[in-house]
Amino acid sequence: MDRRDFLKGAGALVVGFQMVGGNTAQAQFGIAPIAGSPPGDQVDSWIAIAADGSITAYSGKEELGQGIATAQQQLVAEELSVPFERVKLIYCDTGLTPDQSYTAGSQSHPANFNHRNLASAAATAAEALFKLASQQLGVPADQLTAANGVISLQSDASKKVTYAQLVGGKKLNLTLDRNAKRKHPSQWKVLGKPIARPELPAMATGQFEFVHNVRLPGMLHGRVVRPPVIGATLVSVDENSVKEMAGVVKVVVRKNFVGVVAEKPWQAVQAAQKLKVNWSPSTGLPKQADFHESIRKQPARDLLLVNSKDTEPALAKAATVLKSTYYHPYQMHGSLGSSCAVADVQGERATLYSPTQGVWYQKTTSALLLGLKPENIRVIYRHGSGCYGLNGADTVTYDAAILSQAVGKPVRVQLSRKDEMAWENFGNAWTIDERAGLSAQGNIIAWEHEAWTAGLGNRPGANLPGNVITGFLAGFQPAAFSPGPAQEPSSYNNGSNGIPSYVAGHAGGSDGGTGTIRSEKVLVHNVVSPFWTGPLRSPARLPNTFAHECFMDELAARVKADPVEYRLRHLRHKRVIGVLNAAAKAAQWETRPSPKPGNPKAGAVTGRGVAVVAYEGDNGYTGIVVEVAVDQDTGKVTVKRMWVGIDSGPISNPDGLRNQAEGGALQGMSRALVEEVTWDNEKVTSFDWRTYRSLPLGFDIPTIACVLINQPDEEATGAGETAITVIGAAIGNAIFDATGARIRQTPFSPERVKEALKART
Amino acid sequence: MSAITLKVNGQSHTLELDPSTPLLYALSDDLDLRGPKFGCGLGQCGACTAIVNGTAIRSCQTPVSSVAGKEIVTLEGLGTPEKLHPIQKAFIDEGAAQCGFCLNGVILTAKAFLDKNPKATRTQIQQALSTVLCRCFTHTRMHAAIERYAKGRA
Repeated sequence: MDRRDFLKGAGALVVGFQMVGGNTAQAQFGIAPIAGSPPGDQVDSWIAIAADGSITAYSGKEELGQGIATAQQQLVAEELSVPFERVKLIYCDTGLTPDQSYTAGSQSHPANFNHRNLASAAATAAEALFKLASQQLGVPADQLTAANGVISLQSDASKKVTYAQLVGGKKLNLTLDRNAKRKHPSQWKVLGKPIARPELPAMATGQFEFVHNVRLPGMLHGRVVRPPVIGATLVSVDENSVKEMAGVVKVVVRKNFVGVVAEKPWQAVQAAQKLKVNWSPSTGLPKQADFHESIRKQPARDLLLVNSKDTEPALAKAATVLKSTYYHPYQMHGSLGSSCAVADVQGERATLYSPTQGVWYQKTTSALLLGLKPENIRVIYRHGSGCYGLNGADTVTYDAAILSQAVGKPVRVQLSRKDEMAWENFGNAWTIDERAGLSAQGNIIAWEHEAWTAGLGNRPGANLPGNVITGFLAGFQPAAFSPGPAQEPSSYNNGSNGIPSYVAGHAGGSDGGTGTIRSEKVLVHNVVSPFWTGPLRSPARLPNTFAHECFMDELAARVKADPVEYRLRHLRHKRVIGVLNAAAKAAQWETRPSPKPGNPKAGAVTGRGVAVVAYEGDNGYTGIVVEVAVDQDTGKVTVKRMWVGIDSGPISNPDGLRNQAEGGALQGMSRALVEEVTWDNEKVTSFDWRTYRSLPLGFDIPTIACVLINQPDEEATGAGETAITVIGAAIGNAIFDATGARIRQTPFSPERVKEALKART
Repeated sequence: MSAITLKVNGQSHTLELDPSTPLLYALSDDLDLRGPKFGCGLGQCGACTAIVNGTAIRSCQTPVSSVAGKEIVTLEGLGTPEKLHPIQKAFIDEGAAQCGFCLNGVILTAKAFLDKNPKATRTQIQQALSTVLCRCFTHTRMHAAIERYAKGRA
């Protein structure tokens, strides 16, 4: 389970954890700062003004394809009143940039665009420059203005001084001032504009350096040999089986870790295939067909998110009680390019080029793995193939590091497709019971949510290399699991979106939720997974929201209410209401109950569905409406149109936000329609693009209309994981609207759709 | 090992290679090209695409021995940031990328198809891309870029 899940709800809860609004990015993930990081409270850790007046910004939030590098460059240019091009942004290099924990979980926008970290560093530097200019020019700072790196008198532009003249090339020696005045969005000239990502020309012409393209002098190529089945341990390796092969440098064995190093990559691939390795048999896997029900019976670590302690009597009094169970499968990150890293371990020192989301943790955990001092390891982020969470980035960096250490030379490792997919940390599987009571008037008076989720391993954090497969094979254990009962919640925390939007969210003496229902209980059971798991884009939040938002639709249908109107009836948070209304308005939503009247029970039909979320309770808001076509003869579902309403506070880059909303919605659609990890009694059987499907560029792509809601006076929130959180539920609700059949398990394969159609009453 | 001459982006290179080596490794390792990428090694995703004698092929599944002497074009062979090919410009203008890893396969597959089928319909273009993957799902922008390019060349 993700460290942030661990903190925010899906795992063992650390009570009182503060998310958005926390002082540092570390607060977002709950890991203490790593030793050796440039101090986060010093402006010099974030901003440098060179002798020529050019500005370098240092950030711990990296570009993963989500556009955050461009937005950060805009932010610094804006606060320091220079053109976009004048700022150079360096991110995620333990030799240069501050520890900002992970780049994950839609946490970068809130971390660096509010009154702390990078934004405050830039604002503090700007104030200091004005103060220095005021002294130099002998006029009060409030009579000065800045543009293009020059501060001049508002009334006489000839009285001026440049940043280079004021501080060029020198340290600022300033402490970050969280009260340093930021520019209001109404004054923005660079931030808030749809500036194009500067790396695109290099990417579109094949010049961009991905980690896959890192080449070091004398670099060799490694390939790993993973166990053939789950639970197998190494019995023996016959090194002679590859001894005669051209280019083979070394066979490396460390406990259950096996790898080959060769001079060229194709030689390494062939040697790994030919190497004779004996493994013990599998320890076995539970049957996939009963898996979702079987996890209810396992020892669990329980967690209560809200508990008004009156749901039982409230449900007993209710005029109607509804109960439904939803299932969400294990799913993959399934990066397009299998993961790659380059390691250069020489004696006591190591340099690792890694696509990891957490360079500082890669440093400390690699130190454990290699037996080196963390201060002797430098981890440099290099772009990987899009990760969407914990893909193979961390594990392949360990692979490269172990192999490089064994040969004393730089080694590049890229995983095979199968090694990437069969051994990655999958997004958790879920079984979710929803139960609600309705009053005689048809309003919801009590809501219970009880969920079971299976996890094993996670992000390695600061000291758990065994949370991913390579560390485990090399002899480290994953995070320990201890079952135990839940404590009563002492504060509101909806980081996992376990709490539906429609309840009051009463905890710690106040209502933290976004809804009105006062009788509420949310209980989560964490159990051990047979597969490695880790955060996959919108972890926990997506499966929970799928259940909540489908169930809300079931309740609305039961009382013959319009699904939008029924949601509004139970919401009290203006931003949740805002995105819901924005999506409905854009879609020209017709107010009526579902299912759609007059649709035939066979052949092709269409319908519409809606869903909404306050991502992590308060870190971004998205409402979505979809229109689907269902072929009731084949069970095929086609999404025709989508309308997205999105609110992430002040919009830093509208094109970047739109790109995230569109991509998130379509990725969520692929997950809702076709993506599912499969297994037999000993191994994962979905290990390539034939056995684990992803909607290709060639499918019938829906039109997507995005309504971006700018909130210049609110805090910046997350954006990248919001649209993906709601799309599955909206599609499920649209299938119901079109057909009258409720489908409670993703992916919505034609077989499952036909089964649901058959079960219609 | 044998000497194999590959003609890549207009230049000839003679390399000492095992003839069964997939073209992808020759391009990305021996010639240090960054355009073609290892995605799956199974011909299922498109990341390794190159254009050989005008047809988009999966270089991870193509032995070097089968393309010796043929005209091989990679993403680098279309244009540079300073002098973009119109299809590269269309992708940049539409902001049609997230992580960027799939761009090689998407751009080259679309270009090779439109070169042969300049009047292709939207449905035909989609069909041509039916085995090309983008896991960031930048699909709408990529199709907009391809359509922009197709219209520009018509």
